[in-house]
Amino acid sequence: MLVPSHDVLIIGAGLAGQRAALAAAQTGATVAIISKVHPVRSHSVAAAGGINAALNPEDSWESHAFDTVKGSDYLGDQDAIEIMCREAPDEILWLEHAGVTFYRDETGHLGTRAFGGASAARTYYVADITGHAILHVLYEQLMKHSETVDRYEEWFTTDLLQDDDGRCVGAICRNLRDGHLEVFNAKAVILASGGAGQAYRPTTNGLIVTGDGIAQAYRIGARLMDMEMVQYHPTTLAGNGLLITEGARGEGAWLLNAEGERFMERYAPNKVELASRDVVSRAEQTEINEGRGFPDGTVALDVTKVPRRRTFEALREIVNIGKDFAGVDITREPIHIKPGQHYIMGGVKTDVDGQTTIPGLYAAGEVACVSVHGGNRLGANSLLDTLIFGRRSGEHAAKRAVHQTIPSTPTARITDTEKHIADIIGRDSGGRRVASVKAELGDAMNNHVAVFRDAEGLAKAFEIVRRLKEEATKATVDDRGKIFNQDVLGAIELGYMLDVAEAIVVAAQERKESRGAQFRTDFPERNDGEWLKHVDITMNGADVPKVSYSPVTITRWEPQERTY
Amino acid sequence: MPEYTLRIRRFDPQSGEAAYWDEHTVDMPETQSVLDALLKVRDDVDGSVGIRCSCQQAICGSCGVRMNGKPGLACNTHLGEAADRGHGTGWNPPEEGQRKTIIDVEPMGNMPVIRDLIVDMDAVHWKKIQRVTPWLINKEPVPEREYIVPHENMVDVTQTMACIQCGACVSDCLSMEIDPLFAGPAALAKAYRFVGDPRDAEHTERLTDLAEDEHGIYDCTHCFNCIDACPKGVDPMSQIMRLRRKAGSDEQIEDRNNGYRHEHAFVQNIRKNGLLHEADLLPDSYGGKFHPRAVPELVGSLPIAAKALARGKMTVKTALLHPHKSSKEVKQIFDDIEGREERIELNLYVTGYEDDPEETEASAHPQSEETT
Repeated sequence: MLVPSHDVLIIGAGLAGQRAALAAAQTGATVAIISKVHPVRSHSVAAAGGINAALNPEDSWESHAFDTVKGSDYLGDQDAIEIMCREAPDEILWLEHAGVTFYRDETGHLGTRAFGGASAARTYYVADITGHAILHVLYEQLMKHSETVDRYEEWFTTDLLQDDDGRCVGAICRNLRDGHLEVFNAKAVILASGGAGQAYRPTTNGLIVTGDGIAQAYRIGARLMDMEMVQYHPTTLAGNGLLITEGARGEGAWLLNAEGERFMERYAPNKVELASRDVVSRAEQTEINEGRGFPDGTVALDVTKVPRRRTFEALREIVNIGKDFAGVDITREPIHIKPGQHYIMGGVKTDVDGQTTIPGLYAAGEVACVSVHGGNRLGANSLLDTLIFGRRSGEHAAKRAVHQTIPSTPTARITDTEKHIADIIGRDSGGRRVASVKAELGDAMNNHVAVFRDAEGLAKAFEIVRRLKEEATKATVDDRGKIFNQDVLGAIELGYMLDVAEAIVVAAQERKESRGAQFRTDFPERNDGEWLKHVDITMNGADVPKVSYSPVTITRWEPQERTY
Repeated sequence: MPEYTLRIRRFDPQSGEAAYWDEHTVDMPETQSVLDALLKVRDDVDGSVGIRCSCQQAICGSCGVRMNGKPGLACNTHLGEAADRGHGTGWNPPEEGQRKTIIDVEPMGNMPVIRDLIVDMDAVHWKKIQRVTPWLINKEPVPEREYIVPHENMVDVTQTMACIQCGACVSDCLSMEIDPLFAGPAALAKAYRFVGDPRDAEHTERLTDLAEDEHGIYDCTHCFNCIDACPKGVDPMSQIMRLRRKAGSDEQIEDRNNGYRHEHAFVQNIRKNGLLHEADLLPDSYGGKFHPRAVPELVGSLPIAAKALARGKMTVKTALLHPHKSSKEVKQIFDDIEGREERIELNLYVTGYEDDPEETEASAHPQSEETT
C-alpha cells in the first residue's frame, strides 16, 4: 500500500489548520490535512463575536497593536503583535472575497462592533456566528481545492515522528472508521489542533479540545511558553459553562451584581463592561467572593439594555442558548453568569512563521504561543491569530519543503503505537473510569488554577495532577473494537490533558507575581523588574517539567500601568 | 428527579449481530439534554456507546440523532421534551396520567449506519453538498476592498450560512427516501447561500443547473419535514422554494422536468377554481390538453387515472367538470400578493421581531410564505 507522503502535513482542521492548508497549497506544495473530527466540527466553529482588524481609514494598526500589547499586560511579544495587526486588514479582505458573509452597514460596506479592551470599534462579524461562518467558508474553499489538498477526516494523530537528527518528519495516525494505523510522511508538520479547555470543568470548550497537539509537541521535546496564562471568560453560564459572547457587552449589555449595581463602573470607570477579560473576570469574582453575587455564585448579564430587534439580528445564538440551556429569555430578563475557563494563551512556543523549537514542526492557532496574547487575549483576536499565523505557517512550511526530499519513516514504527493501543485495551478492569479521572482533573484545575491563585492551592493542584497521571495509566476502557473506538481515544486524550495541566500548574507556581490572567493573591502586584519575561516549560524525562525563561520582545511600547 | 429510560439503538458491525436496543436508566432533571444523558451512560456505565459530539451548545453539528422518532441535536433536546413525544414506532403516547419517561435514541435516517448512533455523512450528506458547487464564484473584477453589497442581502444569506451541517433535515427528507439521488434540503439550502449572494457571478448557471437536474429543486414535495427537523431555523424547504421562484419567475427557466410549468399551472388552477382541479393540472403543466408535449404525458398517466377511477378517488364527472369556482377571498389573496411591488421573502435574522412586545408575541414564529 502506498504510504501517504506530502510536503506539508497539517494536523487539525479548524481555522488555523484550514488556512495553513490553503496557503501551502497555493504555493504549489502537496498538502494533507488531518483531523480527528470532520473539519466543520472543529471548535473554531464556536467563536462567536468577531475578528479584529484596523481596516477603517480612521483606525490604525498601531492602535490595534497597542491595545493588544496592553491587553496582554505587556507579556506579548511586540514584533509578533505588530505583524498580526499590520496583516489583519488584508486577511479580512481575503476572507470577504472568499465568501464570508460579514455584516454590512447601511451603505453596504463592512460594519463593525465594539469589543473588550479595544480603543476603536474594529471587530468584523457575522451575527454571533463569526467563527462558524468563517470555518464553513474555509471548508468551502477546501472542497474547491480538493485536487490539491488531501483531506483525512476523522483520523486521530497518535504520535509525531522524528528522524535521527530530531527533525519532525510526519506522524502516525489512526483512521477512526476502521481503526487502522498509517504512517504519514511529510517534509514539515503543522500542528493546528487547538487548545486544552477540557482539562478544566466547566469550560466553554467542546469535548474534543483536549490539548492533543500541545502534549504531542511537548513529548518530543518542543518548548512550551506562557502556560500559566489561562483565560477565564467573564460571561459563561452558571451550570454548564456555556459561552455567552462578549458581543453582548459589545452591543451594550450591562453587568449587575445581586444588589443591582453596575459594578464595573468601580473597576473600570472608562471602559466599564468592555475592559479586557482578565479585568472583568476578576471584578466579577471579587463581587461574588465578597458576597455581592447571587446565591448560585454568579452575577447577572443584562442584555435587555440592547434593543430587542438588534439582539435578534446580531445575538441570535445567545438568545437560543439562554432559552435552551438556562430557560431564560435574555431579551426580557438578566441571565446569571460567571467567569469560566475559555482559552489558553500559552502553548507550543513558535516564531512569527510558526516554527517551533523542533526543526520541521510548526504550530499555529490556540495550540501555539507566538506570543501575541501574552498574559491576556483580547476578544476577537483569537480568530485573527489563527488565520494570520495559520497562513504564515503554511507559506513558510511550503517554501521550506522545496529544498527537501520526502522523508521515509519505516512503517515498522507503527508497531509501537499498535502495542500502546493494545495495552490500553488490555488493561484490567480494576482501574478508575477515564471519565472519573478527567472529572477530578477538571475540578482541581477549576478550583485551584482559576481566576485567583496562591501557592497553597497550586501545590494542591500539582499533587492531584501527579496522582491522576499515575491513575490514568491504569484507567480502564470498555470498548475493545476497531470501528469508531472513542473509548480508547478518550484514554489517550486524558494523557494529553494531564501533561498540559501539569505544565500549566508548574508555570503558575513559577510566576510569583500577578500579570494578565495569572493573579496570585500571595503576590498581588505586577513585578516588571523580575517577571517581565516568559516562563518556558520543557519535558524533563519522568520528572517534574523543567522551567526556563525567555525574554519578552519590546519594540516600541514600554510597560505602563494598566487601567481601563 | 425524574427517572428516564434511554433506549439506545446499538449496532456494531464487527460483531456480526443485528442492531438491538440497549436500555439504561438515568436520574436527571427534565431540562438536561438527551446528550447529557447519553454521556452519563457512556462515562459511568458503558464507554462503548458510539455518538459523535463536541460543543454541547448546538453549533458544531456533531450529535444529530433521532429521538422518539424526530431528528435533531441530542445536545439541545431536553429529556422532558423528547420523552413527551412518546416512544416506539409511530405515535405511541403513554396512557393518560402516566409519566412519559421513555426515550428511543436512534441514528439518523437516509444515511448508512457506521456504528451505534454514528452515520456515514460522507456517503450521502457531503456528497450532495459537493454536488451544488459549494463555493463562491467571484463576480469580476474582484474589488480591491470589500464588495459593496446591500445590508439585507448579507443578513439574508446569513440564514443559510447558519446551517451547521448536522444532517437532521437529510435524515427525514421524504423525497430522498423515494429518490436517493435528490440533492436534498441541506445541499439546496447551501445552493441558496450562493444564489442569494450578490458577490457570486453565476446565479443563472447555478439555477439552470438545479432546475434542469431531475434530482434538483423540483424534486422536493413540500412535506415540511426539513423545516421541522432543522435545529437552527434554516428552513431548508423555504430556501428551495426561493430557488424555484428565482429560477421560474425571475429567470424564466423552462426546465425539462416541467417543474416550472407545473408550478405555474398549479397556481393558475387554484386562481381559477379556488380548489385544485386535478384533472386539469397535468395537461396544463404541459401546456394544455392539446399541446404536443402533453400527449405522451397524458397517455402515460392513464393507468393512474384508471386506478383513481377504480378506487372512487375520481369520477368521470369530477374529472371533466369542476364544481368549484374561485371565491372572492381567494381572488383577493392573489390580488394582494401579486399587487406588491416587491416579493417579500421573510428571513429569520431580519423579520418577525419588533421592539414592541405586543407585536412580538403575534409574530414570535417567523414563517415564510409557503408555511402560511
